[in-house]
Amino acid sequence: MAITLTEPAAERIHSFLAQRGKGVGVRLGVRTTGCSGMAYVVEFADDIEDTDTVFEDRGVKLVVNPKSLVYLDGTELDFGKEGLNEGFKFNNPNEKARCGCGESFSI
Amino acid sequence: MALLQITEPGADSAPHRRHLAAGIDLGTTHSLVATVRSGVADTLPDEQGRHILPSVVHYAPDAVSVGHAAAEHAADDPHNTIASVKRLIGRGAADVATLSGELPFRLKTGDSSVPRIETAAGDKTAVEVSADILNTLRERAEATLGDELEGVVITVPAYFDDPQRQATRDAAQLAGLNVLRLISEPTAAAVAYGLDQGEESTIAVYDLGGGTFDISILQLRRGVFEVLATGGDSALGGDDIDRAIADWVLNQAGMTGETDPQRLRRVLLAAREAKEALTDAENTRVDVARADGSIHAAELDRATLVELARPLLDRTMAACRQVLEDADLAPNAIDEVVLVGGSTRMPAVREAVEQFFGRAPHAGIDPDRVVAIGAAQQADILAGNKPDTELLLLDVIPLSLGLETMGGLVEFIIPRNTTIPATRAQDFTTFKDGQTAMSLHVVQGERDVVDANRSLARFTLSGIPPMVAGAARIRVTFQVDADGLLNVTAREQTQGVEAHIEVKPSYGLTDSEIEQMLRDSASSAREDMEARRLREEQVEADRVLEALDAALETDGDRYLEAEERQTIEQARDALRAEREKGADPDAIEAARKRVEQASEAFVARRMNDSIRRALAGHNVSEYDAGN
Repeated sequence: MAITLTEPAAERIHSFLAQRGKGVGVRLGVRTTGCSGMAYVVEFADDIEDTDTVFEDRGVKLVVNPKSLVYLDGTELDFGKEGLNEGFKFNNPNEKARCGCGESFSI
Repeated sequence: MALLQITEPGADSAPHRRHLAAGIDLGTTHSLVATVRSGVADTLPDEQGRHILPSVVHYAPDAVSVGHAAAEHAADDPHNTIASVKRLIGRGAADVATLSGELPFRLKTGDSSVPRIETAAGDKTAVEVSADILNTLRERAEATLGDELEGVVITVPAYFDDPQRQATRDAAQLAGLNVLRLISEPTAAAVAYGLDQGEESTIAVYDLGGGTFDISILQLRRGVFEVLATGGDSALGGDDIDRAIADWVLNQAGMTGETDPQRLRRVLLAAREAKEALTDAENTRVDVARADGSIHAAELDRATLVELARPLLDRTMAACRQVLEDADLAPNAIDEVVLVGGSTRMPAVREAVEQFFGRAPHAGIDPDRVVAIGAAQQADILAGNKPDTELLLLDVIPLSLGLETMGGLVEFIIPRNTTIPATRAQDFTTFKDGQTAMSLHVVQGERDVVDANRSLARFTLSGIPPMVAGAARIRVTFQVDADGLLNVTAREQTQGVEAHIEVKPSYGLTDSEIEQMLRDSASSAREDMEARRLREEQVEADRVLEALDAALETDGDRYLEAEERQTIEQARDALRAEREKGADPDAIEAARKRVEQASEAFVARRMNDSIRRALAGHNVSEYDAGN
């Protein structure tokens, strides 16, 4: 399996990285918090650790640490709009349930 | 699902704890809201993709509209369509009355010190109207970010004083916003260009909007922006250039006496479109319709536009020269120049600025949005979204804060350009024997004489234990918080009685007067010094006269021969006469010295006696403890 991203997500990440002026890619992860167990994290990646797995898709490096990888494997990162709001979405096949607000999820 | 933004590595991104923050440029003609998403600050558009919200509110009996929708009512319902409310915020009825001729809506100058605007939805204060604008921006930001805002940074002009800042804060509170900080507009623009990350530098911010012109000189030193000087013209902007073009066209079309408001409005609109077209094009056409329906088509090229705009550009350059003079700087001492305001898109403006300062201005960011963008970056840092130890922008107080002392003089407690937050304390004492209360008058400004400064607040400390003049110790503490708002506390040190005031300001100055205050302080330095010396001598004379009169009355007969008394009284009358003349501090001083000399023996006799009486039955240590 792998972690992939959609074209809109790739375009936005390229543009954000260019405007920020530094960073090797984007780090995806999960953290144990929130109302339903887990929450997604998207950060700029400045360094890649030895233990990280790096997926490269559409010219973007997606960096994931081993603990997060088990939750995220198979995920597609998308970028979308909902009304005025816009941002990144995780299409994660492992996901079983989410809290009402959609910020946290469980497997 | 929730839409996520990319955060900086290590930033706290726990769900429900994202620190949503926004920057708001609350402008005279238009307002914007911006936020940082995925590391990029940008302004937020509404559903129609429009970033700019006209600062206009329309009040119908049962509905309030804000922005473009409100602006549409300007022609058909001018009394209920409130624009340019920023010119009123934090102002008192007195100075607003001078503005009311220029404002299309009806002002009620009644009993209240805060002017109210009559509308179909009831009377509104400038704070309430501003709150309606802020509320619209808050709703836009929350719809965009998908959650409530944790805090905002709002920009205000560099010359805004405490009452104007306080009123802006009140408006934000009314709109349900938590203000993280107010920062000055030129500072926000400099931040947007990343100039706060640099070393020490001196920055000129040239802000030419539709109706106002501001020039500010900032100095960055160790991460702190200091406003060295501000200047400008609160009635000069791109609208004047539109008018100049319109006059030129009307003149060509033989319509100089045209009075039909609708035709004039159309010509103004055409003039503005032509001006904007000439930002990119070399020439364009302006059409005007005459009353008989015929059309006059005028050819306008850049060279003509520059000629038409020249008088206005010259006025801005004169203000730039003035402000540099105020800051005691030469044009080549400016390291960076920043352009703000839609009118700086005109190539002629850019060229004039570049020529004046001898360097190319920063102009990469949309000049309408740059202030909001800088505010958003500050808001992002203040909300705690940057894990790195980023420099926090500090601001400074724009005008000195002080207290009135005897004789109408000002004792400065916090000098201008002190970085905030700041706390300073100073001890004061009583002027008369047995004085049990002290009236404190808080003023703001640079002049030595109270009347030339702005009165902010008055309060009274009572319950001071009666003591001889000069024995009480009253500690007055001035505390300015991060938004530049003032708290004053007076505390009597022996008994601990305390009085305290949050500056609920007495409104009272116009923009130009505030700007003028800064300039006057330099030009009137000598005058102020002389005034101070005269008042000090008068106060000293009053003190001597009062003490002497009291002493003569109670003890004159006991200690003085008739002849001695006569000498003293002659000297006293001479001093009183000189004091009343109130012209020559040296003469007052000389007369006072003669009185002191004449009454030396009298004073000594009284003193010896009173000490003898006071000490009878006591021991000295009791007195030491008491003091």
